[in-house]
This record gives sequence, structure tokens and C-alpha cells, in this order.
Amino acid sequence: MSINRRSFLQLSAIAGGGFLLGLFPEAEAEAKVPVQGGRQGFGRQLSPQAYISIAANGIITIMAGNPEIGQGVKTMLPMLIAEELDVDWKQVRVKQAGLNPEKYGMQFTGGSFATPMNWDPLRRVGATGRHLLVLAAAQAWGVPPAECTTESGRVFHKATNKSIGYGEIAARATALPLPNPTDVKLKDPKNYKIIGHSKGGVDVPDIVTGKPIFGIDVSLPGMLYAVFQKCPVTGGSVVSANLTEIKKLPGVKNAFVIEGKEAPGGGFGGPNRVESGVAIVATNWWAAQSAREKLKVTWKEGRWGDASHSSSVFAKRAAELSIQAPARTLGHDGGEVEAALKACKTVVEGAYSYPFLAHGTLEPQNCTADYKAGKLEIWSNSQAPGSGRGMISSLLNIPEADITIHMVRAGGGFGRRFYNDFLVEAAAISKTMGAPVKLIWSREDDMAHDWYRPGGFHFLKGGVDENGKLIAWDDHFVSFGEGGRFASECALGPGFPVGLIPNYGMHTSLIPLGAKTGAMRAPGDNAYAFVIQSFIDELAHAAGKDPVAFRLELLNSPQAPAQGNPGFGGFGGGMSNGRMRDVLNLVVEKSGWGKKTLPKGTGMGVAFHFSHSGHFAEVVQLRVNAKKQVRVEHVWVAGDIGSTIVNPAAAESMVHGAIIDGLGAVMSQEITLENGRAKQTNFHEHPMVRMHQAPPVIDVYFNKTNNAPSGLGEPPLPPILPAVCNAIFAATGDRVRSLPLTKHGYDWA
Amino acid sequence: MQFKLIVNGHTHSVDAPADMPLLWVLRDLLGMHGTKYGCGIGQCGACTVHLNGVAERSCITTVEMAAKAKITTIEGLSVDGTHPVQIAWQEVDVPQCGYCQSGQIMAAAALLAKKPHPTDQDIDTAMDGNLCRCGTYLRIRQAIHKAAVPNHAPAGKPAAKASTTSKGGTR
Repeated sequence: MSINRRSFLQLSAIAGGGFLLGLFPEAEAEAKVPVQGGRQGFGRQLSPQAYISIAANGIITIMAGNPEIGQGVKTMLPMLIAEELDVDWKQVRVKQAGLNPEKYGMQFTGGSFATPMNWDPLRRVGATGRHLLVLAAAQAWGVPPAECTTESGRVFHKATNKSIGYGEIAARATALPLPNPTDVKLKDPKNYKIIGHSKGGVDVPDIVTGKPIFGIDVSLPGMLYAVFQKCPVTGGSVVSANLTEIKKLPGVKNAFVIEGKEAPGGGFGGPNRVESGVAIVATNWWAAQSAREKLKVTWKEGRWGDASHSSSVFAKRAAELSIQAPARTLGHDGGEVEAALKACKTVVEGAYSYPFLAHGTLEPQNCTADYKAGKLEIWSNSQAPGSGRGMISSLLNIPEADITIHMVRAGGGFGRRFYNDFLVEAAAISKTMGAPVKLIWSREDDMAHDWYRPGGFHFLKGGVDENGKLIAWDDHFVSFGEGGRFASECALGPGFPVGLIPNYGMHTSLIPLGAKTGAMRAPGDNAYAFVIQSFIDELAHAAGKDPVAFRLELLNSPQAPAQGNPGFGGFGGGMSNGRMRDVLNLVVEKSGWGKKTLPKGTGMGVAFHFSHSGHFAEVVQLRVNAKKQVRVEHVWVAGDIGSTIVNPAAAESMVHGAIIDGLGAVMSQEITLENGRAKQTNFHEHPMVRMHQAPPVIDVYFNKTNNAPSGLGEPPLPPILPAVCNAIFAATGDRVRSLPLTKHGYDWA
Repeated sequence: MQFKLIVNGHTHSVDAPADMPLLWVLRDLLGMHGTKYGCGIGQCGACTVHLNGVAERSCITTVEMAAKAKITTIEGLSVDGTHPVQIAWQEVDVPQCGYCQSGQIMAAAALLAKKPHPTDQDIDTAMDGNLCRCGTYLRIRQAIHKAAVPNHAPAGKPAAKASTTSKGGTR
């Protein structure tokens, strides 16, 4: 995919466009955005696009517009601007912007969108700044701008041996009109000095010294602390509570019921809803949390609290549905799947399933809100603060114009902080108190009220012919939803190998669900890859072929189908067979696939998956001992996310993280619902990988291709789950079709 | 109850229930936010501080227990961020989200104080109680080895091979 100028404008139109239209002062834009307005009052500073300020001493301040959740955008996006502005990175200070879509366009973090959405626009922001500075210097010197060059924050005119620092010419540049976009030239990538050169995270000095930079660290004068007790069953409401008794407890300032409320709208930040519950506000968080131990609430649980709403019942129901005709067909790629299966030499059937998962951001959900005289200020680590503002506005009747949102660093996101329930709760509590309040969810709140990665069931049939060629694939996908509509993030579209084989079908049946489900790092793909790439492995063995060779045969099909999954995963079009083939070949070469003699109990597994515009193939080598204890010895990752890795060392770390994240999910994580309640309460029951369990070596290779750069937060994750399961099969002959592995007696060595 | 706490060499008087966890005394009563809340049950290590030089979980250490010890938090590990672990953490660019890292750094500093040249096995043992949700363990291990012998090659078992980066573009 390439972001050409047309799609660039389209993207911006989707984004609401304030920033971009400011950058390209077209007639319509000028009517909407006072292009020059933002530049008044800056004195000797230049701020042509709201992103760049240049102080007289040459220090460049670049605004970071997106929420930072640990994926490195606060460093990476300013690198794009700094490169084209042509300054030294050491001259640059990065400042986090607040929520201001008029200035910064869409400010959210998710879908691995940061790079593809900003790669072109932010480089143009930098280039526009450079253009203005060159023009200002050229005018001051009375020379043609084309004869001027720039380097390290200075403009040069070599012929007259003149040079001037950006800081010295910035004031003059502020008086210039914004250039015609076609006059702004971007650098030749071979001249990059910042892009493609590793830069440490801009907040790292503050992190290692314990500076209060996270959402949970916000502190305001006179601030109170809150907990919010909700019904363990979604949609339950408070009937009564012992508020009088609670109010008398030490440190408690107030205790009150917040009524559940739902308003039209919603979507990106979850449904437009605040759930019913009891707020306890105290002089410190421990006092509020301790008071909660004495809280007695009578709940009206509503529809979802009965025994049928349990994971074990879902599994039984899925098995029943699997032998019935599916409710509807999601994808049917010509051919006659049933007839083809009957004609196949070998048919493999596999019932695959995966559980609900919790996000477990290490920083629990929290928000500080300060409501005063009709105006609200929010300090938020939301991934989608714009949606949060809309929710607060409609649910609490505060005009959006009266809500200011400061964006604060988040201790992890993984999709959880798309959902702004905790913002609305903090705002509602502060509104009642008329005082600044910091709401912190306990870890137990966090696990009980997550927007879980949905579980799901796939009843698969695959057939290979007498030549070992895959000719039929049928997937009856039992998911969650009602009335023919999938519950949030419970949908999956046809994926690989649709279009590459003659007979393909994917169908679905739904089970009603009350628990909240939502996006989690590589949503959909993080589960679907396990199913597809494990079953492909089964079929390879059934065909008597090497798992890599079998996959390459499929990727060598002449067809190059568009097969984007619904939602973010489909962004940027479908998988390219060629790009996937290349990363598969690369990881095979690097891992020595097929060329090693491994000891008994040691095996290698392979898998690939396309999501979020990224092509990733991965190989795992692991050892399983007699007690079914697993040691992952080595992981090789090959990815193609386009032409450029903006911040290579950070990118490598991001891939390490995705692998380790996926290892936690495949081995030991599961949220079990019982009577509508999550059984797991804290990390000991939903374990993530620890130091000694992490692979000692994760080798990361990027195959740089002539494609626009795409995002990295998500696409390295999905293949690791099936690669592990395929390696376990190679090591032991045990085919695992349901996760997590601990359910089958496995554990880490 | 009144307690005297010695935190980073300074004495503070706090009025708190005896069973109040040190974590919340530090954060909410003393306004020191570097020590983090992650789980509240000693599972994640985000709240790690030193009590008399030993890494402890402040979420399950009561203020009463802590009042008898010298407490060091991330804010007091060095006056200016120049503890070898803090320097190594920056050089290796360990953090992703960074939320667990003050706890990781405190655990690593306590390990190095006891074992200046830890093996990978020592690191596994000492760091196993500190979860990193972002999965920066390889970088943490690399940074501990780097901090063990500043400006020298590690004397103990070398760090796990740092993986190669950006090998693409050749194909």
C-alpha cells in the first residue's frame, strides 16, 4: 500500500481533518481553521502547524499528538517531524499535546495506526517548517531560496558563506504564508539522519528516576481518592447499600450511588454507558479501598447472572451448535465444500477453541477529574480520549467545549483503554463531590470489569487430495452475539487460505453474551491465527508434507486475494502472497528450519499471519520434558512492515514484547465466566510470563520492501501462539486444539 | 497512629492506620509516586522498594513494619539518576510503557548490591517476582549485566545474545 496524496487527503477527511487542512490551506480549510490564528502571541517562536515551536536559542519543541501507552509514539512520531525539519535530535524536546483534534487530527492509539496514519502527514509538517525557515532566511539575505540548504537546525547559503540558526530566523518565518503543498519537498530516504536511527524513549529518563508521569500519578491540590464498586455481573444495578455506615469509616468523605445510564451513540470507546455502582470517596485511596471491605450492596443482577452464562455452558452449547446447520455464512469462495470434502483422500476434523482473556495493563484503570462550576478537567491515559469526552458529555450533560482532557502517559494499553468507562466514572464522582477526585480501580476491579478478548470455537474440516494438495476447508465458527449480530469484537472474517484453495467456506452460529468484550492487541487475529495456523499444520502432516513446504505451496498460488479481516486488521488491504512468502523464507533460512537434528523432546514450529498491514512469519524452538514443562529456547521473527523501520531498537523491543505477550496467552491465561462473573481476580490466576520463562533469544528480522511503512504494535503477536503449539506437536506428537496449554497439563519449565 | 518513617534518608511523620500498606503511605500521604500499584497482593513487584537494602513489596508491607527500617524508593536510589542500574536502563532503552520499571530497577539494584556479577540464573531468581506486561525481559537482563560492570564486558555469564535488528533490506 502506498499513501499517495489522494489517500492522504481521504485519511484526513476521516480523521476530521483540522490539522491537515491547516497544513494545506485550501479554500474550504481556511473557512474552517484560522490558519494564522495559532501563530499569534508566540513572539520569537514558530508554530506553523501546531506541532513545532522553535525557541530563539534553537531548541525545537515538537508536540506529540497521540496517547503514549508504551508503544513508543511519543518518540517515534516527533522523529518524523524532526527528520524533515532537518534538526539534530539532541536539539529536540518532545511535549505531550492535550486533546485537541482541531489542531492534531484524530488522537487515538490503536490498530497499529500511528505509523501509517502519520508517516506522510508528519513528515510534511516537518518539511513545511523547513520550507518556511529557508524562505525566511533567503528573503533576509536577498538570495533565491533554491540556493539555500539546511543542516542540523541551520539554514546555509554556501555561495555567500552565510548561515543562520532556525531560532534566529523563526520570528521572520512566522510572518510567511503557508506554502503550496506541492512546493514542499520531502527528503530522499537515503539522506535520513533520524528516521531509521535508534532513539531512546523520550520519557525514559523520567521513568528510571520515578517521576510522576503516569495517569495514576496525577495529583491536584485538595484532591480526593475514590473507588467505585460495580455489580460483578454486567448491567447489574444497585438496589440498596449501607451508605450511612460507610460514611462513618475513617477517612471517608462520602459514599453514594451512581445510577446506571445509557445514551445513544458510542462505538469506539465502548457503548455510551456508565454502569450503576457505589462510589466511596476518601482522603486517600487506601481509606476508600478499606471502607469497601465493609460495603454491603444488594444488587439487581439482571439477565446475565444465571448459570447459563458460564464458560462451561458456552462450550457445551458450541458443541451442540457445531452439529447443526450454521446460522449464516460469512464467506463462501465458490466451490462445493461438502462435495469436495467427500471426494478428498484425507479429511481432517479439528474442534478448536480459545478462552476469554483479560488485558491486565499493569497500571490499573484510573482517571483524575476536576469538576468546577460547570467545567470539567480530565487527566486521562485513555487510548481514545476523544470518545471519552463524547461519552462524558452525553452521559453527564456537560458540553464538550467545557471538557478539557490532558493526555497522560499510560502504563500499558493493549486495547483496554479504548473503553472509557473509567473516565466517565471519575467525571461523575467529581461532579457529585464538586472537588478533584482520582478514581483508581483495584486490580480486582480491573479483572472483573474488563472488556475481555472474546473466546470462540471453530469446528474445522479440511481435505487434501491424493497429491497432498489442500482442496477444501470448512470452518463453523461459533462465536458470541444475538439476533444475528456479533457482540463487540466477536466477529471474524474469512482469512487465510480463502481464495488460495478451490473450495472454502466459513459459517457462524452465535451464543448470547452479557460479559463485555473488546479489542485486545491484534483483535481477532490474536485468536484466529492460532486456529488457522494450527489447523494448516495438521493438514500438512495429513498430506505428508513439511509444514513449511505445505504453506509455501499455498502462498505460491497465482491468486493474490484481498482478505482483510474486519476492523483494524483489514486496514490497508489484504495479505500479499509474495510478501508473506518472503518473510516465511527469511525466517526458515535464519532458523535453520529442516536442517537441524534436534534432541528428543525438542521441536520447532512455524506459523505466519497477516494483520494490521504487517506480514509476519515466526519459528519457535522449544523443549518439553516428561512433566510437560516447556522451555522456549529460541524464537525467530521475520516481518515486513514496509520500507522503513522508523526507530529500529524500539521496534525490536516491541517485537520481543509481542512474542512474550503471546507466550503468556498461549500457556496460561484464561478468564472463566461462572454465572456471569469472572472467576479470576488477580495476576496469580491470570499469569503473564515471568523473567525465567521468557525465551533467552528472540531474533528479529525485518524484510524491507517498497511499501509504505505500517504499524508494529500488533502484527508480530498472532503467529507466536500457533508456532508454539506446532512446536509442541513436533516435540511430543500432541496436537493442542484448545487454549491455554495449562488446561492440558503443560506449564513452563 | 503516628509513625516515623525514614525514607531516602529523610524522616517523615505520618498519621496512618497501622495496617496501611507502605505503598499507599508513600503515594498518597508522602506524595512520592515513583513506587507503583499493580496488584496489591505481592504478585507483580511494581511496588518494590528497599527496606534496609533488601527488595520488598511495599503493597504488602504495613507502615508499622516499615517504620523500623531504612526505606529507599526509586526517588532515592540516586540523587540525580546516576545509579549504574538507572544509567544502564537508559543506555539499553529498557522501558516500553515503563510502569513496572521503577520496581524492576529497585529489584535489580538490590540484586547487584548483593551479587555484583550476577549470572543469568541469579537474575532469573532475583527478578522473577517483577512482572513486565510489555515483555521487556530481554532488555532487563541485558541492562543488569551492563550495570554489573559499567563500561566493561560482563565478567559473569554474558547476557543472552541481544537479537539482531533490521537485517532486512538485503533481500
